[in-house]
Amino acid sequence: MRRREFLKNTALASGAFMMPAFLKPFEAMAQGELSGYKNLVIIQLSGGNDGLNTIIPYGNDIYYQKRKTIAINKPDIIKLNDMQGFNPSLSALKEIYDQGWMSIINSVGYPNPDRSHFRSMDIWQTASDSDKFLTTGWIGRYLDSNCQSCKNPYTAIEVDDTLSLAMKGANMKGIAVQDPNKLYQTTREPFFKDLVNNHTDAHLNEDNLGYLYKTMTETYSSADYIQKTSKIYNVTASYPATALGNQLKTVSKFINSGLQTRVYYVSLGGFDTHVGQQNQQGRQLQIYADAVAAFIKDLKQTGKLDDTLVMTFSEFGRRVEQNASNGTDHGTANNVLVFGGKLKKPGVFNDAPDLTQLDNGDLKYQVDFRDVYATLLDKWLDVNNSQVLNKNFNGLALV
Amino acid sequence: MNNSIQIKHLHARAGFGIRFNELHDQQNWSVKKAVKKLFEASEKTEPLAAIDENIDLRFKPLMQNDGEKRALQEERNRQERLLNEGWLKQLSETDAQLREKMTLFWHNHFSCNIGNAKYQQDLNNIERANALGNFKTLLLQVSQSPAMLQFLNNQQNQKGHPNENFARELMELFTLGRGHYTEQDIKQSARAFTGFAFNGKTGLYAFNPRVHDDGPKTFFGQTGNFTGEDILNIITANKQTAVYLCTKLYRYFVNEVPDINHINQMADVFYKADYEIKPVLEYMFLSDWFYEDKNRGNLIKSPVELLVGLNRQFYITYQNPDVLLQFQRTLGQVLFRPPNVAGWPGGRNWIDSSSLMYRMKIPSTILNAGVIDFAGKATPEDEAYLASQKKQRFNIINRVQAVPDWNKFLNEIPLDTSHLQIAEFLLQPKLNNVIIDEVNKSTDIKAVAIQVISTPEYQLC
Repeated sequence: MRRREFLKNTALASGAFMMPAFLKPFEAMAQGELSGYKNLVIIQLSGGNDGLNTIIPYGNDIYYQKRKTIAINKPDIIKLNDMQGFNPSLSALKEIYDQGWMSIINSVGYPNPDRSHFRSMDIWQTASDSDKFLTTGWIGRYLDSNCQSCKNPYTAIEVDDTLSLAMKGANMKGIAVQDPNKLYQTTREPFFKDLVNNHTDAHLNEDNLGYLYKTMTETYSSADYIQKTSKIYNVTASYPATALGNQLKTVSKFINSGLQTRVYYVSLGGFDTHVGQQNQQGRQLQIYADAVAAFIKDLKQTGKLDDTLVMTFSEFGRRVEQNASNGTDHGTANNVLVFGGKLKKPGVFNDAPDLTQLDNGDLKYQVDFRDVYATLLDKWLDVNNSQVLNKNFNGLALV
Repeated sequence: MNNSIQIKHLHARAGFGIRFNELHDQQNWSVKKAVKKLFEASEKTEPLAAIDENIDLRFKPLMQNDGEKRALQEERNRQERLLNEGWLKQLSETDAQLREKMTLFWHNHFSCNIGNAKYQQDLNNIERANALGNFKTLLLQVSQSPAMLQFLNNQQNQKGHPNENFARELMELFTLGRGHYTEQDIKQSARAFTGFAFNGKTGLYAFNPRVHDDGPKTFFGQTGNFTGEDILNIITANKQTAVYLCTKLYRYFVNEVPDINHINQMADVFYKADYEIKPVLEYMFLSDWFYEDKNRGNLIKSPVELLVGLNRQFYITYQNPDVLLQFQRTLGQVLFRPPNVAGWPGGRNWIDSSSLMYRMKIPSTILNAGVIDFAGKATPEDEAYLASQKKQRFNIINRVQAVPDWNKFLNEIPLDTSHLQIAEFLLQPKLNNVIIDEVNKSTDIKAVAIQVISTPEYQLC
């Protein structure tokens, strides 16, 4: 080994093994270390997406027995294996699936499931047990963990006008940005700058006024950084002209401009299909599939797909048996869809849902959703999952 | 005796803020007198009458072409705008402040989001008429309103095919709160509400005995051939309903952090008065704890409270009311369009990076074409920004088309009032040094007012 090479290797070794992460200022990291910067994109489907009519267990007769009027006809289903297939509205994702960029995790849920939208969404967003109430979100607590790469207020961005509970920690929170330029413009007001620059620490206590000043201060540093970094990049790929399409296009702009953001959060509503499900869910699924397919192809093109992981969830699935109004009522376990260029087990990750062993007419969960989160935290966001989830989860061999 | 701090606080919470001359007139009143006056001003009910036609009752041809469909949708959108504007105008102009403030409370409590503006208006008027009346009456009328029957799918709730949506939200959100009922209670009571329906031809409530399940149901340990009315009576006989509602009232009027002690006091009053709403509100407004330091200037205004407060304080008229709708959208609260059955979560949820900046910018946009006076030393970048703001002035004026009545506002303020006194009047929290410094250097009262309402402090009441 030549001397120069030796020095290089030991320097790397000392950086990796000897120096505690928090001693190394983030800004001092070399540009090279930043390439391979990993992003997590979370897509929330609000209202309780009916997983059984999304990834359809067409090979199981019970599916057709329980859903006399809303089952998808066999010939229309886009088959993935001899048990499960896509709802035809997901056709745009078939190409993505065939490339090995998609994993389907069946029967994800949690013990003692709650069928209320709000409570179950809170459980998913806070990663709590169903009988515990947490006021911080799991991404928020990831920000609180103050790991090497997550201490900036722009570490987590929700492309929306408001911030979800998932993104709020006890000390840190993500930032909601629908339009980076608009946000930046509002921070240029000289009077506001005076308030931000000259307020004293006394304003930063725990009450609501302290909260407002703290939010304002963080907004200033983030808006400036996001605007200046992201304006250099223009997305050239074409996206569907839907709200979700626009949001994912903005995420693409952020990722490709090299924004040092680790987590992006977007959502799509309209999945609470108690009545007339087929048309309603079909429309929403198509919006979802078209936008995600455009996003994944765009990232592949720009070379960022290997550094990006996309996870889609909904607060619960729906009951196995349909109701009398051609819809479905609130249920329990559901599938989680994961996309990325570096999946360990692309395709259908585990067994199709068991339609015989039901709990009060609902699916029993096989995978705890926090095992999915644990995997993302450990393998993708470089933080020990027990720090965020309050106990240790084993995780899955996803990435 | 000067009670101006208490009276200003009372009006910030029980209404949408007091005006300078009103405070001047009332500052020597006892709290008791001020509370009495507040209720007197809200005795009358003016129903909202923005919508007079129910579009769903029109004769519908079997086939509609795309043009007809689009025209119908445009009419629906127009009604929705009229309804939103109508209520915002009423909130901003009526003297019945407490009644409107409580109507806004019930609007969020009985959260409902449907496409029929007439049904929405009917529900809103039920909430207004009973805002200070009896909760049991209100609950029954809401449960039988076409808006709620449609929103929570009770039209589809039929014997043999129960739809549990209404029964679940009734207990989870309207009365008992989570953890005080079982899944079995939901299933059984859903059967009791079969037949609670409205007639699609008249748009009015009409119990439908043909789809009602009159078999025995077991609910909270009692068995009988219960009707929907019976279920509501069993639920309100449970004192937990009073506790749940008082917790929400406390968080709306007093502090987001519940004080179990104070809430239990309120629940005792509410339950003993058989769910009459006025006595429990009176009890709260007359309690010493309502005026404690920690309960003043620490509630985050909802976007509607923020906009209505501005409208009232500065007598703003909007030539283009759509602008108010845009502000509501930007700030995350559009009246009649709550995000879900649980309503707007409120408190710190109103605030994130984007919404906070908009909230601080909107007052000057409405009142002064976006210009905020600035006493500090301007950097070249600041100068460039200020210059571009001035250039945009006419653009902003043309877009916003709002006219404040500055004369009226200024005439209410005696000439010898100091800048500091104006700032203290407009803000509920204590002033910090930056604000004191800015307003002392300011050129005139108008500039002071605009500065003060463009601060984080103004977001609180």
